[in-house]
Amino acid sequence: MSDFLMPSMGADMEAGTLVEWLVSPGDRVEKGQVIAVVETAKGAIDVEVFESGVVEECYVEPDTRVPVGTPLARIGSSERVVAGRPGSLLEPAVLAETVSAEATSAGPVAEPSKFPESPPAPSPQPETDRVAASPAARRRARELGLELGNINGSGPGGAVVLRDLAQAADDKPRHEHRRSGAFDRDEMRQAIAASMSRSKREIPHYYLATTLDLHAAEHWLAEYNREQPPEARLLMAALFMKATARALSRYPDLNGHYDEQGFHPAERVHLGMAIHLRGGGLIAPALRDAEAQDLPALMSRLQDLVQRARSGGLRASELSSATATVTALGERGVDTVYGVIHPPQVAMVGFGSVRRRPLAVGGMLAIRPAVDVSLAADHRVCDGHLGARFLNEIDAQLQHPEAL
Amino acid sequence: MNREELRTIVLEELSAIAPDIDIDHFDDRARLRDEYDLDSMDALNLLTAVHQRLGVNIPESDYARMQNLQALLDYLETRVENC
Repeated sequence: MSDFLMPSMGADMEAGTLVEWLVSPGDRVEKGQVIAVVETAKGAIDVEVFESGVVEECYVEPDTRVPVGTPLARIGSSERVVAGRPGSLLEPAVLAETVSAEATSAGPVAEPSKFPESPPAPSPQPETDRVAASPAARRRARELGLELGNINGSGPGGAVVLRDLAQAADDKPRHEHRRSGAFDRDEMRQAIAASMSRSKREIPHYYLATTLDLHAAEHWLAEYNREQPPEARLLMAALFMKATARALSRYPDLNGHYDEQGFHPAERVHLGMAIHLRGGGLIAPALRDAEAQDLPALMSRLQDLVQRARSGGLRASELSSATATVTALGERGVDTVYGVIHPPQVAMVGFGSVRRRPLAVGGMLAIRPAVDVSLAADHRVCDGHLGARFLNEIDAQLQHPEAL
Repeated sequence: MNREELRTIVLEELSAIAPDIDIDHFDDRARLRDEYDLDSMDALNLLTAVHQRLGVNIPESDYARMQNLQALLDYLETRVENC
């Protein structure tokens, strides 16, 4: 038996709003199953349970904002539904230090008695299928008091997006109630600022950059894509991610987490990918086991992550597990990007735009597709000598794209 | 299929890829990359949608010719008629 806690989805998260339970007391759940939706500065996130068992009790009611670490539900190992709960389970030992007064007073920690001591009766509509919706649409629908399930979605995969709400909103009188826990752009900006301030304050960064010749990679990619329909084509970004993941697995001092006890290298490479959210904001979910994926698999997971980052449905585990992050400004028109490390990670790899540039090749001047790759790394863990070898390893990987 | 129908389909797909784009006031001559901030993955997703809905498989070597919606529709008009 254990408690299912409000997860931390990154160092910049202090609290989240439980939006929806996808299970009810008595339901059997499997490890990895999405059982709740939590709204954070990063939008609505699907939260998975980390062990199999039976939901015995949901402590927190929907629309409640609670600090990271707050018990949300009790997961038992048997079918038996236990009434009541031991008070000791709710000791706030794991609460984040900084909790706003509002969150504290609204949360179950301050007022556990407002929640039922016995399992509530089954909900009248046991609707467990989550309606796909963009974070913005989800927020707006809640502001307007609209049921997402009653709205026809026109977004990716039938997801409800903002424009779908316009008609529905006209049919219903608007009320001005604005939820404090809802995702919004300002909140995301603040979360990014807090995380990056911490990074700059605590992590002694060093920076390196070098220019890579992409002749071999571009040539291989063009040949590969020539035979493929659009849905099976690869982007250069997939090659960058794979080459970086391979290099990280060879340089474990750059792959892992740094906490109070020091650095812990990770065994696998869960490669964070910074995704620009259209209209502002940034999110960096992880491609799990990126070093072990072949390019087509990696590519389809990249596309899937980008789509879910924009339309909702990212998972908590994807937001908390990255062991290092890549930021690729791609076509944004700059040669070099110097990243800021995302704590508690220790390395950020940046790719600028791929451009044709004059390079010295075999004693001659040649025009080649090239990219600047940069590394921002934590000096507490390693120094520039290792960082340079790491960047050269990325280069070596990209010179043999057929082997990626 | 006439040009207006093609345009509707392409804009529908574009809007699914980039929900913030105002398709009611879309500028067909604006550069998709610069004005509408579409990156290479957005472009690939659009071509995938075009392939699935219209059966037109646009090769990578033709990407450069389709910098705005007008050019993409010009391209599709000839290909769809040939189908």
